[in-house]
Amino acid sequence: MKTSQKFAGSTANYVDERTGAAAWVKKNLTKVFPDHWSFMLGEICLYSFIILLLTGTFLTFWFDPSQRDVVYHGSYLPLSGIHMSAAYDSTLHLSFDVRGGLLMRQIHHWAALIFMSAIVAHLFRVFFTGAFRKPREFNWLIGIGLLTFGIVEGFLGYSLPDDLLSGTGIRIAEAILQAIPVVGSYLAFFAFGGPFPGTAFIPRIFIVHVLLLPGLFLALITIHLMLVWYQKHTQYPGPGRTEKNVVGYPMLPVYMAKAGGFFFVVFGVTAFLGAVASINPIWLYGPYTPGQISAGSQPDWYMGWLDGLVRMSPPLETHAFGHTISWNILIPGLIIPGILFTGMALYPFIESWITGDKREHHLLDRPRNAPNRTALGVTAITFILISLANGGNDIIATHFHLTINGIMWFTRIGLIVVPPIAFVITKRICLSLQRADRDLVLHGRETGRLVMMPNGEMIEVHEPLSDAQKWTLTQHQQPDALPAPLPASALVGVKGKIRARLNRAHMTQVPAPTLTELKELEAGGHH
Amino acid sequence: MTNNSHDVERFQDPGLPAHVHRNADVDPKAEKRAERQVSILFFLSVLGTLLTIGSYVGIKSDKFVYLPIMGETNLQQLLLGLGLTATTLFIGLGAIQWAKKLMPDQEIVAERHEFRSAESDREDLVATFREGAASSGIGRRKLIKFSLASALGLVGLTPILLLRDAGPLPHEELDTTDWRAGTRLLLDPAGTPIKASDLEVGAVAQVLPELPVGTERTLENTGKDAVLLIRLRPEDFNLDAERLSWTHEGIIAFSKICTHMGCAVALYEQQTHHLLCPCHQSTFDVTRAAKVIFGPAARPLPQLAIDVNADGYLVAKQPFTVPIGPSFWERNSSNG
Repeated sequence: MKTSQKFAGSTANYVDERTGAAAWVKKNLTKVFPDHWSFMLGEICLYSFIILLLTGTFLTFWFDPSQRDVVYHGSYLPLSGIHMSAAYDSTLHLSFDVRGGLLMRQIHHWAALIFMSAIVAHLFRVFFTGAFRKPREFNWLIGIGLLTFGIVEGFLGYSLPDDLLSGTGIRIAEAILQAIPVVGSYLAFFAFGGPFPGTAFIPRIFIVHVLLLPGLFLALITIHLMLVWYQKHTQYPGPGRTEKNVVGYPMLPVYMAKAGGFFFVVFGVTAFLGAVASINPIWLYGPYTPGQISAGSQPDWYMGWLDGLVRMSPPLETHAFGHTISWNILIPGLIIPGILFTGMALYPFIESWITGDKREHHLLDRPRNAPNRTALGVTAITFILISLANGGNDIIATHFHLTINGIMWFTRIGLIVVPPIAFVITKRICLSLQRADRDLVLHGRETGRLVMMPNGEMIEVHEPLSDAQKWTLTQHQQPDALPAPLPASALVGVKGKIRARLNRAHMTQVPAPTLTELKELEAGGHH
Repeated sequence: MTNNSHDVERFQDPGLPAHVHRNADVDPKAEKRAERQVSILFFLSVLGTLLTIGSYVGIKSDKFVYLPIMGETNLQQLLLGLGLTATTLFIGLGAIQWAKKLMPDQEIVAERHEFRSAESDREDLVATFREGAASSGIGRRKLIKFSLASALGLVGLTPILLLRDAGPLPHEELDTTDWRAGTRLLLDPAGTPIKASDLEVGAVAQVLPELPVGTERTLENTGKDAVLLIRLRPEDFNLDAERLSWTHEGIIAFSKICTHMGCAVALYEQQTHHLLCPCHQSTFDVTRAAKVIFGPAARPLPQLAIDVNADGYLVAKQPFTVPIGPSFWERNSSNG
């Protein structure tokens, strides 16, 4: 036995005699993980979170979260002698006088953008493949929580340097707080320790940004991953893959090497972005003062759609009985996002109510095979994209020589008209793709080879699919009408009628081809 | 639409496809080559670390170079970043290459278990709960139940109470500014008083109120006091008699704090006499007392009545007649 093996053996023995972990560890080291590129999206979330923890810790060693007034005397000469907060001053110090400080700031900011993008991409993957269905509803809810806290965390993070751009963002956040009926001005005064901007806010959001929310993230991510581990990963349909098994590579060594390697790849790509792509050059904006502003003020992308909604809002305020209610802030800033996120969180339960499906699902849907759900997802994405476009209306206007007025009316009308159109078109596309699948299975793949028959007729040769391909394209469950033994009360009344109507919409499906049909076609002289 | 009928035959699952061996599994040469590739990738990571160390100690922090696309770039930060990129990226690529080329690539099958506990366990759990609850007597002892509920219900009050001192109450703070009758207008940031003659037609200036001697100006002051002065030709105004009397020789003054969400309304379009807020593009017509002509803002920018004092300096005629800035619940908007 080699020394290294002996050492590993004695270490394992030492640990096992004190914890009895051998059986559990052995079982889990051979845990099976299915392989698919889209399963890496969730990994990117985790890895960019780790990058955020590492780079963020580095930044805290120099960053001074204080709004104490100081005069700048660092090496960036254009701001020399200017009054600013210690937060801004220390961010300049990090950027110009700490070796690797600017790099770490940029990696941190890029990692935050990647973190949010990966969360959203992961959410799309989970939604469109139906991975949120029983038994994974808890993980869906945790995911929605992580997305929500991620948006807040990102906003607080880019607010910390206290530069002119981020200070403007804080000013807007204060106005949203202040707009809340009855308690708004109290909330704003408590949050800011008095009138805006005060000197309390940056230190307070600092502790939320570096302790409270990261702690919450750690807890939620841990539960999220433990559930993935315990429930075993979903898998795409294919030959040999069933609802009862999971097909893939073992944790040790393949998955560990791939996932561990992928962490370093994500780190490398983020480091590369931080090295070559300047992001948030706060020294160009100057320190925050409420009397100044920079043109083209833009939030980070995950806030941009909210800003776009605020920008297109009609100027609605209610003035009555000596009170003011700002609908132009409340509707786009709180009510619409509230409805969107609540709807998103409840979707698994809504879908299961519509379909009456209470079974466990471990095989993923191909999005085309759930046309209603896919169409709904595209509808929501369209809504967000139109809002996001209006969030950049000033930039779009200057780049494409359009008027802001034109863009606003386009997006105002578009926000109401385009999502339903997107729904109809997506549903049509899904059904067409189902028909295409059907044709493929029954008639085979078009080869592009033309053959002339003895009688002069030209035909194209079709190549039949393999058994594996045929299975993959026909294995999906045909959606059922609501099961008959449902209590009759469930389908009467307004609620019952809505449910029955939604159920019918959800059932729309091109029937999957069967072997019987294929045999009939072949018997009928099918080429 | 369903395929439940028994005489319909569905396609059958052909089962897992047969395992296909990779080149490196069967050809020792290919295996050696793959091993070399992996090692080279790991070695490149070592070079990355050397580059990082070299640029940390060997390059001056203030050395800037001009690069295409990137422009003026700090050389040390760039090379540190590229070093770190190589350090991490090549470890990752090496590990993945290793897994793909040399580690076993045979997919294995594991069975899933049902999550639902056995019926007997579920019944036991319910029984345990019942027993536990019964033995504590929470159902019977009404007094304990009631007092415990009130105690627990009130626990949450303490943290809310303790947060009370996070800030003062707003009182009149949101309704008032530092502008009084006779307050001189000081140019920002120069801090000097201003005469009507200092402002050409078409010019814009940001001013702040002169504070009582010994008072230091804070950002909270600026946040509510910032005012824009704009000089037009008097005939360009389209104001009622009262508002016209608030101007002086074509000079009109507005709060610079947007009535929508409090951003600084900083963009003035000289040709159209429009003020634009860069945050959400609310646009105000200066000639019509900053009436909102576009965007989400619901109220005009409050106008500050100005005049000149005996020395010829511009002063405020009176405080703002309405609260400046964004809305809040207590704001009385009956007079604008």
